[in-house]
Amino acid sequence: MIGSDAGIDFSANRVRAMVRRYWYLLRSSWPRVLDLIYWPTVQMLMWGFLQLYVTQNGGPFVRTAGVFIGAVLLWDILFRGQLGFSISFLEEMYAHNLANLMMSPLRPVEFIAALMIMSIVRLLIGMIPVTLLAMWFFGFNLWALGFALVAFFANLMLTSWSIGIFVAGVLLRNGMGAESLAWTIMFLFLPLTCVYYPVTVLPDYLQYVAWALPPTYVFEGMRALLIDHVFRADLMLEALAFNVVLFAAASFAFLKLLQSARVQGTLLQGGE
Amino acid sequence: MDAQNTPAIAVDRLVKLYKGVAAVDGISFRLPPGSITGLLGGNGAGKTTTIAMILGLVTPTAGTVSVLGAQMPKERYRVLHRMNFESPYVALPMRLTVRQNLSVFAQLYAVADIDERIAGLAAELELTEFLDRPTGKLSAGQKTRVSLAKALLNRPEVLLLDEPTASLDPDTADWVRTRLEHYRREQGASMLIASHNMNEVERLCERVIIMKKGRIEDDDTPARLLDRHGRATLEEVFLDIARGRGEHREAAQ
Repeated sequence: MIGSDAGIDFSANRVRAMVRRYWYLLRSSWPRVLDLIYWPTVQMLMWGFLQLYVTQNGGPFVRTAGVFIGAVLLWDILFRGQLGFSISFLEEMYAHNLANLMMSPLRPVEFIAALMIMSIVRLLIGMIPVTLLAMWFFGFNLWALGFALVAFFANLMLTSWSIGIFVAGVLLRNGMGAESLAWTIMFLFLPLTCVYYPVTVLPDYLQYVAWALPPTYVFEGMRALLIDHVFRADLMLEALAFNVVLFAAASFAFLKLLQSARVQGTLLQGGE
Repeated sequence: MDAQNTPAIAVDRLVKLYKGVAAVDGISFRLPPGSITGLLGGNGAGKTTTIAMILGLVTPTAGTVSVLGAQMPKERYRVLHRMNFESPYVALPMRLTVRQNLSVFAQLYAVADIDERIAGLAAELELTEFLDRPTGKLSAGQKTRVSLAKALLNRPEVLLLDEPTASLDPDTADWVRTRLEHYRREQGASMLIASHNMNEVERLCERVIIMKKGRIEDDDTPARLLDRHGRATLEEVFLDIARGRGEHREAAQ
């Protein structure tokens, strides 16, 4: 059964149809667009001012320009990437439209591809203005990271999609009762992936956990770049390897959960 | 089996258990191409679960379902583009306009000449003036017509309907039934209609399957059902079966 869900037949047209569906929704609702920008802006301002304060009173580590702002912006890529994926999926559940999609020729892989594209679109709508504000307020230019930013972005997006795919599977299987998972799951990564501090701060046993999570390599890589001015390609490759494993595991879990949803009859309900 | 003899829907000893309780309990039927069949039964009789298994949304516990020769849900992608479904209980996104909703689904179903098809359906279902309104702002009757338009976009050979006229006023309900009759005549489509509305079933269906507690209690043409149960209307037949009067009568005889 998993084979029929994982079918290799792929239509770019059906992916386009789903992207259009989400784009129409975004266009029709200014609060949805505002929400994409509002919280990342608040976060960036809060951490930016904190960095200013600590810089004036702290040691050499915090005096390095932009460590906190860089961390919060990269964290937002990770968090907003997953949220962008999961919210688009939740929109189908809010609209009671999931059954219409699951009985249409839309393949799960096409559905996921559309959600991935929308997570990038939603992220860019939120992040571009925020990165410009970071330049204006704190003189921190995320775009100046150049190729490193591409490597950071790609790895963080891969992780966010993996988590988004897994959450979508749980929602299909368990309905809206699992909605809070979509909003909170990424916060488990916040302390463990060492967004704002080096991995060495963690107790030894938690360092093993941290190094098993791809974003840890990205945040360590960012600190290496901003503090030591070194781009650690080795860290990015390790992150990519872990991401490949995570993405494969999340896709497999999604297909198993979808299969289970068909057995349990939850595709028609989508409710509590 | 050639295409003409392939049943539109073939259900064989179909069972669906939820935590050991049978929602559908060993039912079998075959619907020939071009037929309209009514699926009757009280709440919890197993109609919606049966339709969900035909659509490939629910995996049977035992038995088989095939649509146009494809086993469901295993081979669903062979036939999903040739079938469709309409129900007032499965909504379309409310914030999207009618045109946007229809155009998204038309693209999902690989409909050719999408704009032309939407314009044609809108004219036929009297939706033209609502095409650029948000779907959520329409009345219940208008939403039903939009759902029907979505269900007809791909000119389905097999159309499943779950209480297609629920919550509609008699005039709109009659209008919907007329459109369904036209569609069957023009396209030769097969339809399976789950309904609580006996007048609807009597008018549209040449065959009626009555379910109770997951089983098929009776299955025949409306005329033969009336005759066999000695009743004047399908509603009386339905009530006899729902309340077990038929069994009492047989026992007394």
